[in-house]
Amino acid sequence: MKFDTPAGHNPIDRMAVVGHPHDRIEGPLKTTGAAAYAAEHHHEVENSAYGYIIGSAIAKGHIASLDLSAARSAPGVLAIVTAQEAGKLGKSKHNTVKLLGGPQIDHYHQAIAVVVAETFEQARAAANLVLVEYTCETGSYDLAEALKSAPYVDSDGKQGKGAPSVCRFGDFEAAFDAAPVKLDAIYTTPDQSHMMMEPFATIALWRGDELMVWTATQMIDWGRTDLAKTLNIPQQKVRLISPYVGGGFGGKLFLRADAVMAALGARAVKRPVKIAMPRPLIPNNSTHRPATIQRIRIGANRDGAITAMAHESGSGDQPDGEPELAVNQSKLLYAGANRLTSMRLAVLDLPEGNAMRAPGEAPGMMALEIAIDEMAEKLGMDPILFRVKNDTPVDPHEPQRRFSQRNLVRCLEEGAERFDWRKRNPQPGQTRDGRWLIGLGMAAAFRNSMLISSGARVRLKPDGLIIVETDMTDIGTGSYTIIAQTAVEMMGVPLTQVQVKLADSNFPVSSGSGGQFGAASSTSGVYAACVKLRESVAQRLGFNVYDTTFADGMVTSGNRSAALIDAARAGELSEEDAIEPGDLEETYQISTFGSHFVEVGVDAYTGVVRVRRMLAVCDAGRILNPKSARSQVIGAMTMGVGGALMEDLVVDKRRGFFVNHDLAGYEVPVHLDIPHQEVVFLDGADDKANPMKAKGIGELGICGVGAAVANAVYNATGVRVRDYPITLDKHLDGLPALI
Amino acid sequence: MREFAYERVASLQDAAAKAASTPGAKFIAGGTNLVDLMKLEIETPTHLIDLNRLGLDKIEETDDGGLRIGAMVSNTDLAADLRVRKDYGALSRALLAGASGQLRNKASTGGNLLQRTRCPYFYDTNQPCNKRVPKSGCAAIGGYSRQLAIIGSSDSCIATHPSDMAVALRVLDAVVETVNSQGRTRAIPIADFHRLPGDTPDNETALEPGELITAVTLPRPIGGVHHYEKVRDRASYAFAVVSVAAVIQRDGTGRVALGGVAHKPWRIESAEALLPNGASAVVAQLLAGAKPARDNAFKLLLVERTLAAVIAQARAHEV
Repeated sequence: MKFDTPAGHNPIDRMAVVGHPHDRIEGPLKTTGAAAYAAEHHHEVENSAYGYIIGSAIAKGHIASLDLSAARSAPGVLAIVTAQEAGKLGKSKHNTVKLLGGPQIDHYHQAIAVVVAETFEQARAAANLVLVEYTCETGSYDLAEALKSAPYVDSDGKQGKGAPSVCRFGDFEAAFDAAPVKLDAIYTTPDQSHMMMEPFATIALWRGDELMVWTATQMIDWGRTDLAKTLNIPQQKVRLISPYVGGGFGGKLFLRADAVMAALGARAVKRPVKIAMPRPLIPNNSTHRPATIQRIRIGANRDGAITAMAHESGSGDQPDGEPELAVNQSKLLYAGANRLTSMRLAVLDLPEGNAMRAPGEAPGMMALEIAIDEMAEKLGMDPILFRVKNDTPVDPHEPQRRFSQRNLVRCLEEGAERFDWRKRNPQPGQTRDGRWLIGLGMAAAFRNSMLISSGARVRLKPDGLIIVETDMTDIGTGSYTIIAQTAVEMMGVPLTQVQVKLADSNFPVSSGSGGQFGAASSTSGVYAACVKLRESVAQRLGFNVYDTTFADGMVTSGNRSAALIDAARAGELSEEDAIEPGDLEETYQISTFGSHFVEVGVDAYTGVVRVRRMLAVCDAGRILNPKSARSQVIGAMTMGVGGALMEDLVVDKRRGFFVNHDLAGYEVPVHLDIPHQEVVFLDGADDKANPMKAKGIGELGICGVGAAVANAVYNATGVRVRDYPITLDKHLDGLPALI
Repeated sequence: MREFAYERVASLQDAAAKAASTPGAKFIAGGTNLVDLMKLEIETPTHLIDLNRLGLDKIEETDDGGLRIGAMVSNTDLAADLRVRKDYGALSRALLAGASGQLRNKASTGGNLLQRTRCPYFYDTNQPCNKRVPKSGCAAIGGYSRQLAIIGSSDSCIATHPSDMAVALRVLDAVVETVNSQGRTRAIPIADFHRLPGDTPDNETALEPGELITAVTLPRPIGGVHHYEKVRDRASYAFAVVSVAAVIQRDGTGRVALGGVAHKPWRIESAEALLPNGASAVVAQLLAGAKPARDNAFKLLLVERTLAAVIAQARAHEV
């Protein structure tokens, strides 16, 4: 089904089931431990051996010698696979760096070997007996230093492809020079780790030349094709299954070393091999959100109208990597006739940078929305009014392109009302509650919404059961439930009569989970398949498909009516289709909007920051399941607080690695950090987005949170911190003197 | 993790004797730190002697009006003990500021004193660390040192001791009771129990090989208002950036010990005389000679402001 014209009235609009809060249909399996995660498929796989990955001890150089003799003769060891044993591996499409290093080493903890043994403990013990000598080379690990000579790049990291490297509209420099009120500031965001609860984990099993892989992934098809490419085997020979995933946040978008090394290990020992990556290996072995250094310049008239806006970002990555797209939202969020955005990309020998929840916008909004707050203060305007003043109904770079829907102002105003914003003292550092300095802050939320090609198969069984099959993943987001709701709405059956089967490469290829495109794209694919199934049901029953309705297990056309189950009495009906995006995303700018409000307390003595309450107001089209959508948003808000106040992969610039590479050193919020969160969804349905009229929500929820926290901290203390995370040491010496 | 033997013994004496006579032996109490370190092969004992079930889990009053806390009393039980809450509030608060509920249920009093540093370079076995591998060097010096020591450190090591409990014990003048393989007992003042790193940061305490902590005693209560202020980036389950244990009397005199600044709980008794003059005066003496790194120089100011908060609270308490 090509989606190239705005959706008209369709069966989803009934919203008998879609749009209502439903518990997760797989929830009981998870809460009782019956849901098998990647490393837990004991029923399907017996006799599994265990693999333990050895990570490089240096950041850059090569392996001078590798002595496996002691490890090979250690108890229980079945095989050790290094690059030499593995032979020539192919280069996967979505990875920048080889997943199995050696002799060349590209980054710290890059996998250089897997030890396979009878037990996990034996594999781990033997891994410590492998003796490696390295020859180190000088690497580049300091982003600020490397950016001094880094080139401008396009969105794909190349020059001359993708979006232009320096994007201009009007004459920024002249307008900025002439502006009566202006801001020019540098903002920095650190490297961050996804730190999803479930580690990278895989069980690999060879049956002849066919490879079965149970793995933790967000993208079944990417994983299958990239694993096949890496192993130089046809992709039809790889089957990938990932029914339950314990979080991804972008970290599990791509094939990782656990899957490759489990496959290589299993081939070597002719037995299934299981690998779960130890936590301390994860931050340096896998991808991370890259650090950015961003310069923002804004010029405005005294009435608050922005006349000039420039956002320039620099980030780093491995050779042939890509930049963090931190300037994207600045092209679209606010009006202004003269604009400039650009990105620079430095080569760093740190681990590969890549997508983490709202790549681009999350760090971009952390900077932009502080800058807007600073600018409002310079203008003497309320930051909400300043944003409202610069609202734009069109893409400022292409004024003929309208937003499909844009309710930013409503989000801001509704948020202000609910949060009691008028109680905020615009003069910072004035509000006390005992030893706490109290501050209120807010930011806009913004993230684009994409429709990605997504397929599904829907089967009507003779017993009336409806089975949905798609390789869509549920990474804790609620995919199972919204897909079931979609099928229920389309086919007019109760939820108990729908079975959803996900995340198997034998099923039709879906959008997968990422970029907040998963929910709307995958349900649109299921919608498309259901439309076909409705047609074949009508056809079998001899009904006219155009006026046939499906409700309460009955199919009705005019004054004729039949049970749905009757259509399958002669045999199962099965239909497959996919949603295919058209060019509506070129005609319209399709985005999601919101507002974030935060109240913090800052300890006047120690500078410790604690969030007191948070509110998000979201404009994301139709909300398919308010309960799971709310969970997405409160999770994203929590992650936003982490990014604002504590998350920081610290680079050792001498040795070239992330030092705090475990959950003790890399802090994420605990329950006590998040006392109260409220989420409001605006009613809506965006007919330009997709037939479900829904848009993404999981990344909107994080975009702007960091800045809202930062602005609240500033309102509390009067000390402006532009360097995330905002830890106490960054404002301690500016706090009020002690009595 | 290397293979190891596990043994239960009949008595304390047996435990100490066994530890002295068995190469590679270590005691295991709650195991909340040791087992993690064994998985990483930072600790590689070949023989573990279990101290559970040896009757070390009692809290008793001493003849001179203090408390004797068995080495195996859990952090949870110790924090909840009514006598501790009433007379040694700094200890109860310090315990509850540490770790998580689950860990405190397992962690023991003796084991808490012996937990090892959380310096990230100590934990990463690819990095040189004089504490982990003597004479291998220190990657932390010149590296990421936000959590590390600002005083009492050496050219060999800038690690901190991570315990909250030990800081409170230091301010309360606790005494560590031990027994060795010959059955000889010792009473080691907490001030002498932990060592500064010097040239041998691997040698962290006054314990001799095989010597076993049996109890920690607290002298009779000293009154005053008890504080434990722990500063950390997140609200729970994080090691102290700095912490202040203090007992402040009605007249403004008192005692102060610091966590998160040194290789041991940091207390300079002579500085305490300046408490009535305010935090700044105390800290000037308490942290005289501090040698912070770029990443952790802020701790000097942070200690002063945290102590100021404690003093302000104590004054408010009087009213």
